[in-house]
Amino acid sequence: MNFNATLIGQLVTFAIFVWFTMKFVWPMLLKQMEEREARIADGLAAAEKGQLELAEAQQKSIEEINKGKEQAATIISQAQKRHDEIVEEAKDDAKAEASRIKETALSEIEQEKEKARQDLRDQVASLAIAGAEQILMKEVDQAAHNEVLQKISQQL
Amino acid sequence: MASGTELTSNSYLQHHLQNLVFGKLPAGYERIDAEGHSHVLEHAEWTLAHTSQEAMDMGFWSLNVDTLGWSIFLGAMFLFFFHRVAKRHTEGAPTGFGNLVEMIVEFVNKNVNDIMSVKNPLIGPLALTIFVWVTLMNTMDIVPVDLLPLIAQFIAGDSHLHFKVVPTTDPNITFGMSIGVFILIIYYSVKMKGIGGFIGELTLQPFSSKNLAVQIVLIPANFLLEFIGLLAKPVSLALRLFGNLYAGELIFLLIATLLGAALPFFIGTFLGGALQFIWAVFHILIVLLQAFVFMMLTIVYLAMAHEHH
Repeated sequence: MNFNATLIGQLVTFAIFVWFTMKFVWPMLLKQMEEREARIADGLAAAEKGQLELAEAQQKSIEEINKGKEQAATIISQAQKRHDEIVEEAKDDAKAEASRIKETALSEIEQEKEKARQDLRDQVASLAIAGAEQILMKEVDQAAHNEVLQKISQQL
Repeated sequence: MASGTELTSNSYLQHHLQNLVFGKLPAGYERIDAEGHSHVLEHAEWTLAHTSQEAMDMGFWSLNVDTLGWSIFLGAMFLFFFHRVAKRHTEGAPTGFGNLVEMIVEFVNKNVNDIMSVKNPLIGPLALTIFVWVTLMNTMDIVPVDLLPLIAQFIAGDSHLHFKVVPTTDPNITFGMSIGVFILIIYYSVKMKGIGGFIGELTLQPFSSKNLAVQIVLIPANFLLEFIGLLAKPVSLALRLFGNLYAGELIFLLIATLLGAALPFFIGTFLGGALQFIWAVFHILIVLLQAFVFMMLTIVYLAMAHEHH
């Protein structure tokens, strides 16, 4: 082993190289790596958050769909109910109308009947009178016998 | 490969284990070249050493041009490529080389954070530099042992050129780094615990007593233990790396010498190549492991320097 000034040369070189690494290599590399690490961590966190949000949104959409279905079912059942009601109402109305018409018709018939009866009475009265006239061959005083005639027609 | 006239295993090994040294030879120095001619220098001269003896004679103030050069080159490559990745402004996922860089940084950062209880902005860059730089320097061991020296000799036009390409097989390089770590250990020990705390740590444990007189008697024993322990840190750090890589390099060289030179050309080349490959595969493990161990121990030592006992 032969020691000479190479030792000092290497020592100085070593010092300079370490200084250079400390100044221009190590911090920059470390910073870059840390930055990338942070970026990757952020990215992963964002991805996770995104997935979470997606799952939430899916959950929400399912809920919304279910809610919509429920509402639709309610509306349909309400409509059905309303429809039944309307049909019922219409039936009732129709029944009422029918009975009203029937009543009217009946009363009209009654009136007609009464009228016809009246006519018949009148005609019977006049026929009776005419018959009596024929029988008596003599004119019956209309005014004098009106009361009698009235009674007869009343009895008819 | 280099000594032109006679190529022996011994000279091959010695040649490969000698650094390319640049230093000053004093006036009156007698240089002997490979052909055996000698000439005496008239003036002191800054030059490259031709032999191990010349390199020795240059004394302390000389430089191992090859290992230090490769060390600086590899370190600069590390800084260049890592800085380029650090500068980019990509928002999205990293690709290709960026991935590799981030993987290494994350690995180092994780180790630092696991071991250090205190936050210190120096430790991370220090550990990263050590890990990547030492890995790159060790990796030069995988390059076939003669390839780069031959290229260097060809470029220099000198077939005797010494050229060691694995910086971590040079104790100067490993000690240069471990002494750097040692300075930081002492700096942070003093900074975190104060001078008194640091000295106390060296002298008042592991043996301590409630009795003041006994405690004073125990101080030398404590100091001896702790001081050796402290010094052992950089020495073991440097020697471990150096020893592993030096041994690995030596085995490459031995395979190349013994099998390449002792057996007939074809068989020697084939068998030697196969063994080199197998050892290189094993050596990949050592390359990474030793870089990792150097980094981890550095972090552990500095973490210990930050902690109060």
